[in-house]
Amino acid sequence: MEFDALLLSRIQFAFTIAFHIIFPSFTIGLASYLAVLEGLWLLTRNETFKTLYLFWVKIFALSFGMGVVSGVVMSYQLGTNWSVFSAVAGPVIGPLFAFEVLAAFFLEASFLGVMLFGWKKVGPGLHFASTVLVAFGTLTSAFWIISANSWMQSPSGFAGTVEEGLVAVNWLQVIFSPTFPMRLTHMVLAAYLTTALVVAAASAFRLLKDASEAESAMALKMAIGMLAIVAPLQLLAGDLSGKDVLEHQPAKLAAIEAFWETRSEQAFHIAAWPDREIEGNHWELSIPKLGSLITAGAMDAEVQGLTAFAPEDRPPVFIVFWAFRVMVGLGLAMIALGFWGAWLAWRGRTTRSPAFLRACVAMGPAGFVAVISGWIVAEVGRQPYVIYGVLRTEDAVSPIGAGAVSASLLAFLVVYAIVFSVGALYILRLLAEGPVAGAHEPPPRENRAPGTPLAATPEDPGPSGQETR
Amino acid sequence: MDLDLPLIWAGIIALAVLLYVMLDGFDLGIGILFPFARSPRDRDTMMNTIAPYWDGNETWLVLGGGGLFAAFPLAYAIIMPALYIPILLMMMALILRGVAFEFRARGRTRGKAFWTGAFAGGSTVAALSQGLVLGGFIQGVTLNGEAFGGGPFDWLTPYTLLVAVGLTAGYALLGSTWLIWRTEDDLHGDARRWAWRAVLASAALLAVVSFATLFVHPQVALRWGFEDGAFDLARLALLSPIPLLGLAGLGFVVWGLAKGGHVAPFLGSLTVFVSGYLGLAVGFFPNIVPYDLTFRQAASAENALGLMLVGVAILLPVILAYTVWVYWVFRGKVGADAGYH
Repeated sequence: MEFDALLLSRIQFAFTIAFHIIFPSFTIGLASYLAVLEGLWLLTRNETFKTLYLFWVKIFALSFGMGVVSGVVMSYQLGTNWSVFSAVAGPVIGPLFAFEVLAAFFLEASFLGVMLFGWKKVGPGLHFASTVLVAFGTLTSAFWIISANSWMQSPSGFAGTVEEGLVAVNWLQVIFSPTFPMRLTHMVLAAYLTTALVVAAASAFRLLKDASEAESAMALKMAIGMLAIVAPLQLLAGDLSGKDVLEHQPAKLAAIEAFWETRSEQAFHIAAWPDREIEGNHWELSIPKLGSLITAGAMDAEVQGLTAFAPEDRPPVFIVFWAFRVMVGLGLAMIALGFWGAWLAWRGRTTRSPAFLRACVAMGPAGFVAVISGWIVAEVGRQPYVIYGVLRTEDAVSPIGAGAVSASLLAFLVVYAIVFSVGALYILRLLAEGPVAGAHEPPPRENRAPGTPLAATPEDPGPSGQETR
Repeated sequence: MDLDLPLIWAGIIALAVLLYVMLDGFDLGIGILFPFARSPRDRDTMMNTIAPYWDGNETWLVLGGGGLFAAFPLAYAIIMPALYIPILLMMMALILRGVAFEFRARGRTRGKAFWTGAFAGGSTVAALSQGLVLGGFIQGVTLNGEAFGGGPFDWLTPYTLLVAVGLTAGYALLGSTWLIWRTEDDLHGDARRWAWRAVLASAALLAVVSFATLFVHPQVALRWGFEDGAFDLARLALLSPIPLLGLAGLGFVVWGLAKGGHVAPFLGSLTVFVSGYLGLAVGFFPNIVPYDLTFRQAASAENALGLMLVGVAILLPVILAYTVWVYWVFRGKVGADAGYH
């Protein structure tokens, strides 16, 4: 394998976008959760909600910051590394990116300032409105970026060729390409699940230390409610999304299931060792006929295998097959966790089952892993195309040298390793402190000289004649 | 109604980039000035003056990049690979200084020191690399058909280095005058001293860059009235409001500093940036990839530009309104304890 600009650019894009997606998939859900918490506080004046809000908003600030800076990279990397793609696809999906910036990014960025620093500056109503607008912004952002990605998966509403340039002929079909509705649903539910799992894990961790912490008990109950409802819905959404793949990207579906020959009564492979060299599976653990039933809805349905496509049109199989199984396996575990929690809640014992609390902690990162696996299925499964059926990835790369790309890739690896490990450390530290210690409301403006524990770092020499007005 | 969509979009992108330079300029300037602060507490204050705004400010950069992709995909597809190294360098720097806002507040002794350094270093490198991008753009890009056809280090010339230093000095001017406006006591006094140095450096570098720019391409010299040794005063007179605006801005900064004004130096600095921006734009307009591709040649399909214009017409006024509102909410002098941390 030659490390040319194409391969390096692919690695760089995969790495930077996989890094980036971690943060939106958490902050989309967390923003909505914060809006709910603040709304409940305003409604009930129950201080538990306020404490939880002030705690989770700090986690949000850390995660959102990392999401913003890794996202700015994406808006330039399309041009630096994928200039042919940009020039070809710009007239069609450029507006979707522009709308994301205009409708979502400014909204999030501006009202985030009020959300984080405006607690004492604006009234509770305006502050709540700012939280809601940030949450709305995150969902709007998801709408447009998934729309752009879905068009790349199932392009519609356009005319022209790669050589003469693409142009949109029907904007509604461009924005609402066939796979878009289910993919957006799938992603937003994934974000909510990811957040619920993190909240459940953090709360369970605290409850294992102190079972009487009311804030953590409340947060855990909310997270369980979310899991119990959303995890089964996600299974449904994922299945419908799979039906879209069958219809619009049959080669991807064949790779997901490691189907090689086209036939009815395809077996479902629970596990297998697919190999493109031998055009088959080295071994497989299968249930007969179930494959056709799951993917096409009937045991006697004929489903295309990979050999129906020319070798140069087949996506990598091994990685797609296994990434899909990781995602689904974790999804099933989430459903089980949700039901277990709901059953315990019904019996009034959520905080008193150490086994359940430990399971919650263990499942904390499951959402992130499932999201990244899901995106690997979507993106690797689209190969060898960048715009499915229209533009091949190898034809989309910029006219740049391997030297520059290896330098930037190396720099990304180093910078992201630092940012990620430090960010994770700070977030975990806050989570371990728990909502009560971690939720210092900014104290009144007069008597704050000694500062909060966080403000008074050892390096800080204290007031130097500077006081806040 | 027949709208000149490519021209309108060139104007929108130009406005986004100008707003970016002015807004993120002052908050990058804060980072550039970070090493000169006398105490960690002053650094806290400096950061607090921009903490609610920086994210919104940086979004104009995303609009600049995303907008260029959407409205002029061909230009985006040529400029980005041409300036690959400085752009990626800018990204790394912006990442490190961006996360520093939160990380610095969370770090303990060593962590805080590291992120203080990352904020200062990241802001400075981001400013320098933006100067390299600007310089590399102004000096022109080599084309091969409708794609970038030059080498990976085309952007590295004495001219681009000069622009990089000039832009960094300019950002330091914006940052120091912003601090004069938004801080008190010792830090306010320090900011005044920084502003004096920054305005002198900016004025000198602006003059040198302006002069050097006349030599990067014959088209630029021609615009300003120089052709084959001959000089056309009428052309220069036509454009003279631009340098005069810059001089007025510099004068306003100096006057504000001398008489102890709080807002005047910042407003003067912004005026200098508007003038410098227009002065450079005049040189390469109507090219969007100097000096071989015009904005019309690079424009996206009419229907894409039209659709986006509807979005802009509705959303841009709203964006500007709530941006102004956020600045209003956090108005006034800021202290070290203003953060929520």
